[in-house]
Amino acid sequence: MHLMYFTEQPMSAWDPESTALDEVSIGNGRKQRVTALMHSNRYFSSKEASRLYNERLEEYEVVDSLGFDGIMLNEHHTAPFCMSPRVNMFASILARITKNVKIVLLGNPLPIWDNPVHLAEELSIIDMISGGRLVSGFVRGGGVENIQANANPVYNRERFEEAHDLVIKAWTQPGPFRWEGKHYQYRVVNPWATPLQQPHPRIWIPGVASKETVVWAAEHRYPYIGLNTNFDVSQKIKDLYTTTAQASGYEPGPENFGQLLQCHVAETEEKAERNAREFMWMAGEFTGLAHPVWGSPTGYGSASNRQSLIEIAAGRRAMVKPPAINVRRMERTFIWGTPDHVIDQLKTVLDNNRVGILGLWGNDGKIDHKDSLSCINLMGKEVLPAIRDYAKELGLKDPFEANAPLGINDAAPVLA
Amino acid sequence: MTSESISVCGGSVSLLRTGTGEPLLVLPRDNGQAPDTTFLDLLAQQFTVYAPSLPGFHGSNDSDWKWLMNLRDIAVVVGQMVGALGLSRTNILGLGFGGWVAAELATMSPAMVQRLMLVAPMGIQPKNSYICDQFVISTESYARTAFEDQAKFDAIYAAEPAFSQLDAWETDREMTSRLAWKPYMYNITLPRLLGGVTAPALIVWGDADRVVPVECAALYKAALPNATLETMPGVGHAVDLEFPAALAATINAFCKNNPA
Repeated sequence: MHLMYFTEQPMSAWDPESTALDEVSIGNGRKQRVTALMHSNRYFSSKEASRLYNERLEEYEVVDSLGFDGIMLNEHHTAPFCMSPRVNMFASILARITKNVKIVLLGNPLPIWDNPVHLAEELSIIDMISGGRLVSGFVRGGGVENIQANANPVYNRERFEEAHDLVIKAWTQPGPFRWEGKHYQYRVVNPWATPLQQPHPRIWIPGVASKETVVWAAEHRYPYIGLNTNFDVSQKIKDLYTTTAQASGYEPGPENFGQLLQCHVAETEEKAERNAREFMWMAGEFTGLAHPVWGSPTGYGSASNRQSLIEIAAGRRAMVKPPAINVRRMERTFIWGTPDHVIDQLKTVLDNNRVGILGLWGNDGKIDHKDSLSCINLMGKEVLPAIRDYAKELGLKDPFEANAPLGINDAAPVLA
Repeated sequence: MTSESISVCGGSVSLLRTGTGEPLLVLPRDNGQAPDTTFLDLLAQQFTVYAPSLPGFHGSNDSDWKWLMNLRDIAVVVGQMVGALGLSRTNILGLGFGGWVAAELATMSPAMVQRLMLVAPMGIQPKNSYICDQFVISTESYARTAFEDQAKFDAIYAAEPAFSQLDAWETDREMTSRLAWKPYMYNITLPRLLGGVTAPALIVWGDADRVVPVECAALYKAALPNATLETMPGVGHAVDLEFPAALAATINAFCKNNPA
């Protein structure tokens, strides 16, 4: 069982209740409050952010010392819910200041990279400095990420796939070679930086259940990590992944599946509940409040969702609201409480989802440094050992324990 | 008015044909042919009007055109469509985005152009402002931005446009994204290329245009060697839908003053 700690690194010095709020017109007189893309960075305080960045790094060092298997990092842009606009920055720092954890990037948004060769180089350096502790996840990037990077949403999936193929080739095939693709062209690909893990670091794919991405991950034999997906959705992901895997010639196990869920631990139920409400700080949205066409620009979403996306964009149909906190608790996509309570609930999650990778989103909103550290300590000292034992009973191995193949055509990686 | 399908470059494009007289190719905006054909009907009194859907936009078979990657691609397809119609020389009228297509086509095939008439075309980068970014607002908001008088929008598209219209605009937007995502709605070399278009040119612009700023009118006039500029006070982007009779009269007068 791979147990990893996660936080979105919120810019919590920004107060959603006290600042003037930006609104945009959705159409026909309707307004939408926004906290992403067009939400002005005049509300950003570099003084407060300087403190917050350093608090997060201190927390990650504690995570590393407590026996967590990994630290999961992500990246978002132009919004206060996430202070990490380039996942490789924190990964680079963690490569040096941590000693034990896997550095799990979930992930680099490939389509917004105009130079995937530079990405391959950066990731190689992170892998080398960390001593081969990099897990290199890739994502498509949300609509907002694509718009702010001026990456054409119509080509999002094409760029994702081509950039992936180019990164893998840059990692695995000696240069110099040429690359003449549809979206990327290079006279010379010859990076003098290659991964310590050979042929390359593991690749995990996170998502919220886009069918195309689940199928793509299964075809490549990359583990798929459901982001706050409930039992029903997780089962659908598992079914689709399994069918695709079988058609690709292998039988997936727990090492092919992961789950991120919100999980806050405190000394008392009362404190845990108080802090849990902080996760709802942005109306409970995971990726900020945005105009629907920013979240899902034309050409970005699945064709099967076209009608609902059109209706939502025109303000005819309400945007899908994130589940309320009590619904999350019932569905166990959000678990909070004392260590004993959290252990019980996580066991239920493992009974149902049978995943080999479990991400615990421990802190969010305005949960302060002290309470964040307290949560991390309780997780590391009390929750993790119990869950590790339980996962062993259930036979839930992660990709490392299972020595799982790296991909559809590769064996498990080894250090160079 | 008749509707037909034209095959070109391995794909199909639908075309409305109406009227008698000199040929006039009318290229629509980036949200496609409007349901109101008043303007085309007025033009049909003087011209044989050929009004195609742009390739990949609603009304064409959009799945045929996903390979198009830039504005010049679509201008080439339109040029080949003109050939397929048997026209070696024609008047070309472009509305907004269609005006940009017309301008690019004219730079490629100057001899094809009898007269070039552009109504608030995209294509040249404004110096002091920006072309309205449709990709961060809804398709309906964008369509409304073209109108100064929202009651006229409501009369043409309905206060709450039907889902079929929203769906059509979504198709249009996807194609626009393929062609003009970046740089958004201009071609940095176009002004120089327009120097080779010697046909009489008419530029019409509403000075209240909130889609393409009216400052671009002077830039087009400076780029085209034989251009006349008509500015319409208080008028927005969709001149043909808000003031069809005034625009048709302006076009007829221009053609009369610049005989073939």
